[in-house]
Amino acid sequence: MKRRDFLKSMTGVAAGALVPAPAIWSSAKAQSRAETLLIVSESGPNNLDIHGVGTNVPGYEVSWNCYDRLISHEMKTGANGIPYYDRDKFKPELAEDMNVGDMSATFKLKKSAKFHDGTPVTANDVKWSLDRAVSVGGFPTFQMGAGSLTKPEQFVVVDDNTIRIDFLKKDRLTIPDLAVIVPCVVNSGLVKKNATEKDPWGLEFTKQQTAGSGAYKVASWTAGTEVIMERNDAWVGGPMPKVKRIIWRIVPQAGNRRALLERGDADISYDLPNKDFVELKDSGKLSIVSTPYSNGVQYIGMNVKIPPFDNPKVRQAVAYALPYQKIMDAVLFGLAKPMFGAPADKATEVAWPQPHKFNTDIAKAKALLAEAGFPNGFETTISFDLGFAGVNEPLCILVQESLGQIGIKATINKIPGANWRTELNKKVLPLYTNVFSGWLDYPEYFFIWCYHGKNSIFNTMSYQSKDCDSYIESAINAAAVGDKANYDRDVKGFVDLAFNDIPRIPMFQPYVNVAMQKNVSGYQYWFHRRLDYRALVKA
Amino acid sequence: MLSMIGKRLAFAIPSLIGVVIVTFLLTRALPGDPAAYFAGPAATKEAVEQIRKKLGLDKPLIEQFVRYSVDLARGDLGSSLTTGQPVATEIKNRLPASAELTLLGLVISVAIAIPLGIMAANRPGSWIDHLCRVTTTAGVSLPVFFTGLVLVYVFYFKLGWSPAPLGRLDVFYSAPPNVTGFYLIDSLLAGNLETFRSALSQLILPGATLAIFSMAPIARMTRASMLAVLASDFVRTARASGLSPATVIITYAFRNAMLPVITTLSMVFSFLLGANVLVEKVFAWPGIGSYAVEALISSDFAPIQGFVLTMAIMYVALNLIIDILYGVIDPRVRLEG
Repeated sequence: MKRRDFLKSMTGVAAGALVPAPAIWSSAKAQSRAETLLIVSESGPNNLDIHGVGTNVPGYEVSWNCYDRLISHEMKTGANGIPYYDRDKFKPELAEDMNVGDMSATFKLKKSAKFHDGTPVTANDVKWSLDRAVSVGGFPTFQMGAGSLTKPEQFVVVDDNTIRIDFLKKDRLTIPDLAVIVPCVVNSGLVKKNATEKDPWGLEFTKQQTAGSGAYKVASWTAGTEVIMERNDAWVGGPMPKVKRIIWRIVPQAGNRRALLERGDADISYDLPNKDFVELKDSGKLSIVSTPYSNGVQYIGMNVKIPPFDNPKVRQAVAYALPYQKIMDAVLFGLAKPMFGAPADKATEVAWPQPHKFNTDIAKAKALLAEAGFPNGFETTISFDLGFAGVNEPLCILVQESLGQIGIKATINKIPGANWRTELNKKVLPLYTNVFSGWLDYPEYFFIWCYHGKNSIFNTMSYQSKDCDSYIESAINAAAVGDKANYDRDVKGFVDLAFNDIPRIPMFQPYVNVAMQKNVSGYQYWFHRRLDYRALVKA
Repeated sequence: MLSMIGKRLAFAIPSLIGVVIVTFLLTRALPGDPAAYFAGPAATKEAVEQIRKKLGLDKPLIEQFVRYSVDLARGDLGSSLTTGQPVATEIKNRLPASAELTLLGLVISVAIAIPLGIMAANRPGSWIDHLCRVTTTAGVSLPVFFTGLVLVYVFYFKLGWSPAPLGRLDVFYSAPPNVTGFYLIDSLLAGNLETFRSALSQLILPGATLAIFSMAPIARMTRASMLAVLASDFVRTARASGLSPATVIITYAFRNAMLPVITTLSMVFSFLLGANVLVEKVFAWPGIGSYAVEALISSDFAPIQGFVLTMAIMYVALNLIIDILYGVIDPRVRLEG
């Protein structure tokens, strides 16, 4: 190429780029807009199948809406007036009938149920899917195990439309565990066709596409950008959903998510900072729904194996030194349910979470610390997960300042999200803040993971107490046989012990905050805290 | 010419091998355990071990490296855990998004910065020189995410002139058939002016953000290089011969001042491509910058390695192109391999 030609052609290209395009608008746009729900959130799924390796929480939302389970929960009205899943009432989804016997449950499948590709849902699909959930390892297998569902032999095909689930032992959590996200029913014929020797459960296939019978199916998925879901018009699992199309866009910037909502471009969003939610609520332009996490608490944990936190007096001193109300006001802007400061004469309830009786009382904290032999305090570190820095960082700064008043010099240790679980698993952090929440909303479920001496990874304090263990085990056994008197006694027993020994100090129940346009209704709170598109309506 | 290109490429190979080794070791040295991260919040120790085994992270480092190199030789960059997709596909899909944005940003930047630089050099110390200095300094001093957010606030939120900052296209448009991966070009090839318009309107704000940030080096370099050329003898001769000021400045002076500007452009381009992470975040742009950062946060090895390798290859290619351009622009430049 000649130098002159080159320079000329470059100018031509530059000029071409600046030619304005004529404005042409299509009328189809307004139409599709009315039938489509645009969701914006911070992060998207990494896998469309909850059985996959390392599927993240947004992936659960896809699974919930695109797959069916045998049973699901009924709705009731929650404390804030919005529909809230009913822990104790189940309704059939793929099953048309459920018959719970003494040591097994039998489910008859809806004969008209079909997978997205048109093949009928049979008992063999159900068995294969449940076998898959208990066999693939990782989170799905763990979650199945929580309901004593661990062996493929437990799932028995009676005939094409009937499946029986045998119980290993009596466990109150078995039936509820069949209504969580994990035991979803997968199109076994389709997936088996796409499975390989290395991947017998076809996880690579279902990672990229949905193979279920649910109310929605994924039409296209661009990882990290968007998920488009279309309604399955042949769905028989419940009333036909109103919204035809779901577009779920990933918008990492919280400020932009808010701008999109306020401008009316996005229909719904649920992970904005608390401050934005408060301001949106005050502006009155959008409907904002706040619901406390079911069975979830943010707490300050202390490792009871690391001195001086092995001393209950020190732990109580910390519990009296925390700036509870300041955290509620300045960090959470009131969007959380306090779990502190119950009146001194209040009787322990048979419930979890429930507030403890500690309050901010610096004088008492100082006295307790002196009694424990640390009149001048000590030095320690307080750690938090940077992945949730929006709440954790200001919270830890307030705690640091407050502990300073009783002489405890705490250095703040910020741990990146990728590293947080590794560090927590090692159980070497002396003082930290964390959240635990369980899908199954039962006190004994929370306690067996967080306080039992078998030392699961959620017992981040390494708390060991023979008394507590026996209360928890006894409560589980009492629940399995429906012995209410003993159950109530045991629950009160372990709650009292947890508040007395105070290895972890509950602070508040975080809220799930959802902001939507005024013309969007039908939001339901579910134990998994994600959206159920099937109930949403756009006027 | 061809032998020069061949030689240059051969020289690039050792540096690429070095990049492969260094990124492999660096990602392994990162704190954080991908197995624990991807095992999920509810994982037991056994579950974490299962995941580790599945990911092949239980093998010794050297074995992991050999496996990685063998895969790499086959063009397989591995799979990302955060997005669940093969890294090669992701980069192939995301690179055009970043490149289109960066190129447009650069075009806007050049269209403003070069005339500004020329005018500033022509009248040093005048108001236009000060204007050039002030605007470019302000542009480069403002952090990009801040500029981006201000633009979104003003032009989208307050004035409503700009479309929602939702990535490359309005939600209700579908992408044009993929030819080059550049939506502006692809939509024109498909004859779809509506999509072209949508893509262009989505590009303007992020493009302007990048332009504001990248004006400074280009304008300053143009000014400096023009000043030197304008002071030289041949310009004086040209002026003395009575040529019009425009001919003197554009035809004689600017062409001779272009070499350093081109070098700066190449640097700015490659720098922007990797560094527009924040702009991509602000505008929900599906580019490679945001991809790499996401991967870094979750200590997802494969995309980081893929990203660094891609950037290294781009640098090599870009430098080569710039060197060839030198020869085209200034025939006096003779390249040695």
